[in-house]
Amino acid sequence: MKTNFKFLILLVLVAIGFQSCQEDDPIIPEEVVVLPPETATTVEGFYLLNEGNMNMNKSSLDYYDYKSGSYRRNVYGQANPEATLGLGDVGNDIGIYGSKVYAVINNSNKVEVMDAATTKRLKVIDVKNCRYVTFANGKAYASAYDGEVQLGENSPNGFVAEIDTTSLKITRTVKVGRQPEEMAVVGDKLYIANSGGYSPPNYERTVSVIDLKTFTKIKDIDVAINLHRLKADADGDIYVSSRGDYYDTPSKLFVIDTKTDKIKKTFDIACSNISIVGDKAYIIGSEFSYVTFKWKINYSMIDVKKEILLEGSFLPKTVSDEIKTPYGLAVDPFSLNVYITDAGDYVSPGKLYCVDKDGVTKFKVITGDIPAHFAFKYKKTTIK
Amino acid sequence: MHLCENRRFCLKHGGLFLLLWILFWNPIYAQNNLPKNNKESDSLKKHQLNEVIVTTSKREFKVESPMPVQILSGKQLEKLNSLSVADAVRYFSGVQLKDYGGIGGLKTINVRSLGSAHTAVFYDGMSVGNAQNGQVDLGKYSLDNIEAIELYNGQKSTIFQPARGFFSSNTLFLKTKVPDFSSGKTTKIRTSVKTGSFGLFNPSFLYQQKISSTFSLTASADWLKADGKYKYRYQKTNGYDTTAVRQNGDIEALRSELALHAKLGTGQASLKTYYYDSERGLPGAILANKYEYVQRQWDRNFFVHGSYQNSFSKKYELLANLKFSRDYNRYIDPDYKTLQGALDNKYYQNEFYASVVNQYTIKEWWKVSLATDFSINKLDANLYRFPYPTRYSYLGALSTEMHWSRLDIQANFLGAYVDEQVKYYQQGDSQHVFCPVISASYQPFDTKNFRVRAFYKESFRMPTFNDLYYTFIGNSSLKPEFTTQYDFGSTYIIEPKKFLQSASFQADVYYNHVKDKIVAMPSANLFRWTMMNLGEVDITGFELNTNFVFRFPEQIFLDLGLSYTYQKAIDVTPKGTTYGDQIPYTPMNSGTATSSISWKNWQLNYSFIYTGERYSQKANIPVNFVKPWYTSDMALIWDGKFLKLPTKIGAEVNNIFNQYYDVVLNFPMPGRNYRLSMSVNF
Repeated sequence: MKTNFKFLILLVLVAIGFQSCQEDDPIIPEEVVVLPPETATTVEGFYLLNEGNMNMNKSSLDYYDYKSGSYRRNVYGQANPEATLGLGDVGNDIGIYGSKVYAVINNSNKVEVMDAATTKRLKVIDVKNCRYVTFANGKAYASAYDGEVQLGENSPNGFVAEIDTTSLKITRTVKVGRQPEEMAVVGDKLYIANSGGYSPPNYERTVSVIDLKTFTKIKDIDVAINLHRLKADADGDIYVSSRGDYYDTPSKLFVIDTKTDKIKKTFDIACSNISIVGDKAYIIGSEFSYVTFKWKINYSMIDVKKEILLEGSFLPKTVSDEIKTPYGLAVDPFSLNVYITDAGDYVSPGKLYCVDKDGVTKFKVITGDIPAHFAFKYKKTTIK
Repeated sequence: MHLCENRRFCLKHGGLFLLLWILFWNPIYAQNNLPKNNKESDSLKKHQLNEVIVTTSKREFKVESPMPVQILSGKQLEKLNSLSVADAVRYFSGVQLKDYGGIGGLKTINVRSLGSAHTAVFYDGMSVGNAQNGQVDLGKYSLDNIEAIELYNGQKSTIFQPARGFFSSNTLFLKTKVPDFSSGKTTKIRTSVKTGSFGLFNPSFLYQQKISSTFSLTASADWLKADGKYKYRYQKTNGYDTTAVRQNGDIEALRSELALHAKLGTGQASLKTYYYDSERGLPGAILANKYEYVQRQWDRNFFVHGSYQNSFSKKYELLANLKFSRDYNRYIDPDYKTLQGALDNKYYQNEFYASVVNQYTIKEWWKVSLATDFSINKLDANLYRFPYPTRYSYLGALSTEMHWSRLDIQANFLGAYVDEQVKYYQQGDSQHVFCPVISASYQPFDTKNFRVRAFYKESFRMPTFNDLYYTFIGNSSLKPEFTTQYDFGSTYIIEPKKFLQSASFQADVYYNHVKDKIVAMPSANLFRWTMMNLGEVDITGFELNTNFVFRFPEQIFLDLGLSYTYQKAIDVTPKGTTYGDQIPYTPMNSGTATSSISWKNWQLNYSFIYTGERYSQKANIPVNFVKPWYTSDMALIWDGKFLKLPTKIGAEVNNIFNQYYDVVLNFPMPGRNYRLSMSVNF
């Protein structure tokens, strides 16, 4: 009998004990991995934005410092303990302009502006369903799918927001096609790829051209369905990718001459990511055919001066064999180091590889989930 | 229903065959039918040990069951401050309820870490499924008209059940209240109403009528409305601290049922219709800078189910079931703006199901049965590139059961043939699957109150229609996902009937293996996922369930139930980057405590749930760590007579210590909340 009462008392105590030992829940600090250093040229390091899987709210920022070789994983939380729920959900693009970093956090409906040196938050700019960011003449341009505020509640069209990089306010907006993606500025014109991905099979097929002075759309260039990537080379040519329809229409890459705004060349290659540095475009093409259920991945190069596809792969076979899901890509404009990421299975941490211009692997390091977008940090506040 | 020619032929023949069987065999067997003796609907004498219990609220343990079973019924169920079946199943050991929070949030059950698609749910003996996504939302089932919830690891311990009952890794049975007119009353009415936090208003009505000595009728309905608003809080030590109110979590739902029961000499028959209609907001994941959502969902579920059971002789019994169900689901996303306006998806699912079970008693101790099921599932949707799939499933289970005084052995051989047809695009492969099951229970000592048991079971789940055909994501070359289970356990009951009235213990150790687990993987096309048979999981676990009843002076009873679960569910996918890590949302340690003190008309209940640390994603790293949570619920109930009418009034406080937690990452659960309930019987 007595033991039973003791047992009960013990139980009650255990229950109370459970309630009183509410655990601390700290901000998860950054992790530092020491990697081989790089010679700091004009570039002194880069930010890597990890997308994180949708609805997990696990977008994160890593920073690699060339001089010390330290790779700091997950730097945002520690730098911004006051930012509710951290960086947010699905980091879709990142860029540095002047002394500020602009991270486009797609499913958090915001452009997060941070100090490039400290990663501290400067401002949150609300842009619903925002996708990409680019810069010119003291302005940042953000593309977005949803123009509820700007275009009215039911418009399927997207828009581009012009953000003043000093006041960090949206100054002007312009309506473009449906589900607009990547942009590039050539001269006074902004080129933006429209996808129309929300209404298959009625994809968009145009690149919209925006006059930056008047901030109005001056034309649409008919290219192909479901456009996505858009990058400019040094000679004023635009490389724009079409994702196809994932079934019958294959992916392609088009070259537009911005002097005539006409297509001057078509490459029959898939392009899921592209980085143009100097005379070369580095392209990850990975394509899945729902007809054959086969994978097709290539790491190709295009000579953008001659506009020809070069032989071979920009990655050594040892690295390309290791990569399961090639995702992010950036090439250091000075050292010509290739930085490429493997998103793995999308739901666990990915990997970053550094391969130098001779094809030697310098390091590989574990990143956040879905490592995807790079922004090089320049030594002075020079504009890239 | 769209059926191609040969299938329609099959169907007609199947139906005719079934009809002939029932009509033709019935009279023949009826002739050599013997007077009704102590026929048992279940092969196990399940109430054998309960007769001696003074209080009826004790949790039920089935000593002889060769597979572990946990039961919540009657008064035990009423103690758990539960609104829906989902709230109640959290008290079973080995269970994780995936709960998206709030009254309208999706709630699915995952037993022994095998995945939610591996638990079959039966509502009054009829399986309720969802061929589209394999998920059964237990939040849709109000506890108001539920008499018992039974969870079987493996399968229900009878060989006299439809084939579907044998095929899942785990089975959950929901039994509605069966009319009991033994008191001489021919009409029984029960009305109740619940109200409280979240703007809840939930009236319900149960009507039971004895029509004749053969027929009786049950009608029930309940209506639920809630605004779904509650406070939640996200905070970090020395960091942010944000409190907000959950938005767009409103729900309005109506459930109605009508059942006709008939007692036919040596058998019984029933006809049941069910209709559920709801509209709800989808409150979405709470993300940085995003706290509000506008998506909405409508659900309509209808089914009609006929069941017929007869023992035509002492040796032969037949059970036949027919069901037709139609489910409608509509999802609107105003933020997804297409050329045709907001995204507006509609799904229609039809199911036709027929089952015949024959049981033959060869010897007093030896029974065999053959269960054959046939079903057609069809899904229509207004999606781009939708293939309009139809699935024809043929299931057969050949079973034998041997029962001696100290030993029970059951063996099943299961065979399935599943044929997929699509109108357009690529169709899934047809599948043939065979699975053996063997289980035994043994009484090692003279006492009947101690038994050991063991089982081995192979089972599988078919890829869902979404897995196979969802536009861009589906992969029609998927195979079924397989599980293998080994279990060893024992049950022990003591009844000193002194201060300690009774004590029951049930413990099991188990090992499960999942292979060809269907997981979403990136396709080489970087913008899309695709489904693959890739995962492999090893699960080892230990479960303990205990129940104590104490009697204090002055007719005070204390009922105490404790359960504990230890689970190691390890990702062993070859070449995986998270090899050796605990799979997401699976705590190593979890447990529950329920207690209840009753005195005359009063009852005070306290229940506690603990879920240990978990990881929200595959990698066991700090950013994926989810800290443990525990909630305490309390209720005071008065059960007596008011104006000569049996009346029950209850007041509940849930999550007393106002703990904020997520079961599913970024889907916050409510803090402290209240509920008042009252029911009157006429």
